[in-house]
Amino acid sequence: MTDRRRATGRSTLRALSLFATTACLAAAVLPAHAADELTLYTTREPGLIQPLLTAFTATTKIQVNTVFVKDGLLERVKAEGARSPADVLMTVDVGNLLDLVDGGVTQPVKSAALESAIPANLRGTDGQWFALSMRARVLYADKGLKLGAFRYEDLADPKWKGKVCIRAGQHPYNTALVASLIAHDGEAKAEQWLRGVKANLARKATGGDRDVARDILGGICDIGLANSYYVGQMKSSKEGSDARKWGDAIQVVRPTFANGKSGGTHVNISGAAVAKNAPQRANAVKLLEFLVSDSAQSLYAQANYEYPVRKGVALDPIIGQTIGELKVDPLPLTEIAKYRKQASALVDKVGFDR
Amino acid sequence: MTAALHIQDLQLGYDGARGLHTVVDGFSLELDTGRIGCLLGPSGCGKTTVLRAIAGFEPVRAGRIELGGVLLSAPGTHRPPEQRRVGMMFQEYALFPHLTAAQNVGFGLRRATAAERHARVDAMLTLVGLAEAGSRFPHELSGGQQQRIALARALAPAPALLLLDEPFSNLDGATRERLTAEVRDILQQAGQTAMLVTHNEREAQVMADRIGTMHNGRLSRWV
Amino acid sequence: MPRGLRAAGPLWRIATLLVALGVLAPVASLAWLALGADLSHWAHLLQFVLPQAALNTALLLAGVGTVVLVIGTGCAWLVSSCDFPGRRVLHWALLLPLAMPTYIVAFVYLDLLHPIGPVQGAIRWMLGYDSPRQFRLPDLRSMGGAVFVLGVVLYPYVYMTARAMFMTQPAHLMEAARTLGEGRFGAFRRVALPLARPAIAVGLSLALLETLNDIGASEFLGIQTLTVAVYTTWITRSDLAGAAQIACAMLLVVIALVLLERHGRRHQRFGSAQRMRAMQPRPLHGMAAWMATIAASVPVLVGFVAPAAYLVWESIKRLQLGHGISRGLVTSLGNTIALALGVTVLAVAVGLVVAWTARSHASAPNPARWQARAATLGYALPGTVLAIGLLTPALAVDARVAGWLGLPGLPLMALGMVLVVACVIRFLAMPVGGIEAGLARIPPALEQAARLLGENATGTLRRVHLPLLQPAIGASALLVFVDAMKELPATLLLRPANFDTLATWLYAEAARGTYEEGALAALAIVAAGLLPVVLLARTQFRQAPATGHQNPHP
Repeated sequence: MTDRRRATGRSTLRALSLFATTACLAAAVLPAHAADELTLYTTREPGLIQPLLTAFTATTKIQVNTVFVKDGLLERVKAEGARSPADVLMTVDVGNLLDLVDGGVTQPVKSAALESAIPANLRGTDGQWFALSMRARVLYADKGLKLGAFRYEDLADPKWKGKVCIRAGQHPYNTALVASLIAHDGEAKAEQWLRGVKANLARKATGGDRDVARDILGGICDIGLANSYYVGQMKSSKEGSDARKWGDAIQVVRPTFANGKSGGTHVNISGAAVAKNAPQRANAVKLLEFLVSDSAQSLYAQANYEYPVRKGVALDPIIGQTIGELKVDPLPLTEIAKYRKQASALVDKVGFDR
Repeated sequence: MTAALHIQDLQLGYDGARGLHTVVDGFSLELDTGRIGCLLGPSGCGKTTVLRAIAGFEPVRAGRIELGGVLLSAPGTHRPPEQRRVGMMFQEYALFPHLTAAQNVGFGLRRATAAERHARVDAMLTLVGLAEAGSRFPHELSGGQQQRIALARALAPAPALLLLDEPFSNLDGATRERLTAEVRDILQQAGQTAMLVTHNEREAQVMADRIGTMHNGRLSRWV
Repeated sequence: MPRGLRAAGPLWRIATLLVALGVLAPVASLAWLALGADLSHWAHLLQFVLPQAALNTALLLAGVGTVVLVIGTGCAWLVSSCDFPGRRVLHWALLLPLAMPTYIVAFVYLDLLHPIGPVQGAIRWMLGYDSPRQFRLPDLRSMGGAVFVLGVVLYPYVYMTARAMFMTQPAHLMEAARTLGEGRFGAFRRVALPLARPAIAVGLSLALLETLNDIGASEFLGIQTLTVAVYTTWITRSDLAGAAQIACAMLLVVIALVLLERHGRRHQRFGSAQRMRAMQPRPLHGMAAWMATIAASVPVLVGFVAPAAYLVWESIKRLQLGHGISRGLVTSLGNTIALALGVTVLAVAVGLVVAWTARSHASAPNPARWQARAATLGYALPGTVLAIGLLTPALAVDARVAGWLGLPGLPLMALGMVLVVACVIRFLAMPVGGIEAGLARIPPALEQAARLLGENATGTLRRVHLPLLQPAIGASALLVFVDAMKELPATLLLRPANFDTLATWLYAEAARGTYEEGALAALAIVAAGLLPVVLLARTQFRQAPATGHQNPHP
């Protein structure tokens, strides 16, 4: 009897001491709140934004803690609620960004620097979201092809049967394009376009954007749609590497919309917003302002091969040569976001990814 | 159809660390049709190895094994076990746990028609006194009952020779006595040639017509 | 003794109940999320998404199931019943594909079998073609390709359990069959195979659950399975409730698989008091021997050696191009090992508590058994689904705890505790199952003797059972460690700041499309997962049958 009580007593004591130790460790390990800190939740791959963050820390001495959340950024911040440590939320695709605003996890920011650097159609009117860089959805084609001007709608032309490569229709980059088509041409025409492209597919709609270049080199297809920054990435890779071979196998054309009055190309954005319960609001705004500064926007252009939002920043030479100056389709980004759900439903209806 | 067993100058062994290790040497015996023979000896004397060689599970180094005039084993010749028409009862009963008693008994009758198989299984079960146990699984039967099913199963395909590898050593005293006598009666009535292996002298005397004593791989007497 | 010998103390029972509830929490939260949807979404999903995804999943499961059954059972039998050159190495080498995550194998074979890849290049060279436009093999991005990739990496689950069974198969049963007129193959088909069926059913259900859980390979190869549908519905259709609904539908598939496994095991009988003598492998000679060697080598080559060699090659290329090994990669390696260790320790401890509490005798069924079954449910939940479900309850708890302790922010999340808990829930089935099986093999007489000699229940556990459970605990720990190292979807969602594992590092590279940079991370995952797999192979296949049989779902 006594033995058992003693044994129980001993194990309880052990459990308590274990708990106490853990609590102390926790208190010690969790960083005390320093004034020179900032927590960033982002869906952008760390390799792309790290140079920018390093430059930021060098200039302002503010340490950036990054959480790379591949998916579920909105759910995570929402679930964290009032205690969320997130200060800045960064993501790609205007739909995702606006979802954050609609999800109620952002707060408005008034900043003269931000307002002057970013054109009005690339930021929220109440300062809830800001675009930081642009990327165009362009046509990759086999080098040997003779192509004149190309329109997005031409992709559904039967003459390209069995020659088109593209990533999954449900991917945000593509649904944004379909949303633009709905806005330009109406839903019925957009559905027709999807069916036409599906009939032209050389292989399943899957993989990434760089696979389009790889498959063009591999003879699986002749043309495809992909984002502009990969061109810079591939063509600047080391001589002899796989990426370089893929980049050298393609030519790039800036497509336009048949109904587009000013002949602009479809773009999407990467952007950011300040979190609603940001513990370090001032630092958050500082980061955003840094990211639209000349030096940061140059980094976006040179290191990431993206198109800067700030006027007057030079493009990377490879982008300049291969793709050229971008004429942005004037359709407001909010329109694209408006039609995104419909676009996604159309992709399902047509069975594009099957 | 039972038959006679001839073994001549049998040598059995395996390749050990230091060359050939002989387990049985210079072993010869003859068993007439319808007789029950017995190899008696302590554990390790090689008697089970001889049995396994007759069944076809051990290769033969020298000598021959013939059954009913057919050569079963010799150096360079080895008839596979399933073609020897040799039945076996094991010390551990070896009933298939996933089949009922009746399915066990009918296992070796695959080539017969369903009707024939059914009839033979019934006959065998009646022979061993377990006619109503057909639908039970082995784990639902006692040790003695399991061994009877094992006998029925081995006899069902009418083997030329039945081998018994210490079949009663897992049973308790009273059951063992009873079963030994019963098995002998069944075998004698059927005129089945059989070879028993045991270390129990009493068992040998009850069951066997001829007894051979084995020691260190050699057969000393065969009477 | 009023409570009887088997019942565990109240502390144990409460702990087990908490664990069971903890595992059910994400499921409940998912159901709650699913109910929160408006039905207009549901109509669209039902018409355009669900049926196709369900059909694809069914086809994939059927295909992979067939492949793993044939390869796993066939190789297990070959290695158990025949001796041929290389058998000693092959019998554990056949387990190696366990170290390969499905998503890595998918992108490796996409590269290897691409028209501009080495295999097709070699074929074109042999046939005299210059360009891929002249000659091309069918694309891997198809259902057939997915079945191939998954089958070749998941067959070890069936191989492992089948081999363990064949190794302990009483030799005399096979011999009895031979004396009754069956040849070798007949004896295998009518005796060995039916007896091994319960174990094979366990292996098959594990492989199918892994197939169901997989998202990387299916996504890369363009197969819209239910898991992919859950994911895309949540992410690209921005419909969390819809995703939760599909996830609940998936649970039905999971339950079906579990029932299938139970059905397969319904006649499982543990060995009786019979003397167990394992089969002696029959030596093969000449042509037959070499064919056996080839047949047993192919799964290893395709499922492990080729992908591993490719990763090594790509890593060397990357290092030669002067990129070097980044510090981030090294940190990820450390994080991965730390996470895997933490998860393993916690999972095994919890598994022990649950298995011990849920022990029961056939004559006195324990009401706590449902808790043990509930605790194993986590394995059936795909990682993404589990993570979404866990998010809400976990963070609510986190906020409460932070409030009590007066800490800012979300400490449990920041410490990675939520991630650890998610992984433990996911992998709990292995320790619970393994330890339950180990406990069942310890004769009650041992415990009775200890108690009569004055030792109490906890003391008996410590001095009698734990030492005898070491093989079972060891095997479970190794399996949990390997799986925790490969884990991806839950980590992506639940990790704290500045925290990368090898898997997330790799996935980030793959997401950018810079596969070759991911090769180093992939190689590290495989290498780190290799050692436990080898150890597992060694311990598994040297077990005395009495204590070692690894059986995650008893």
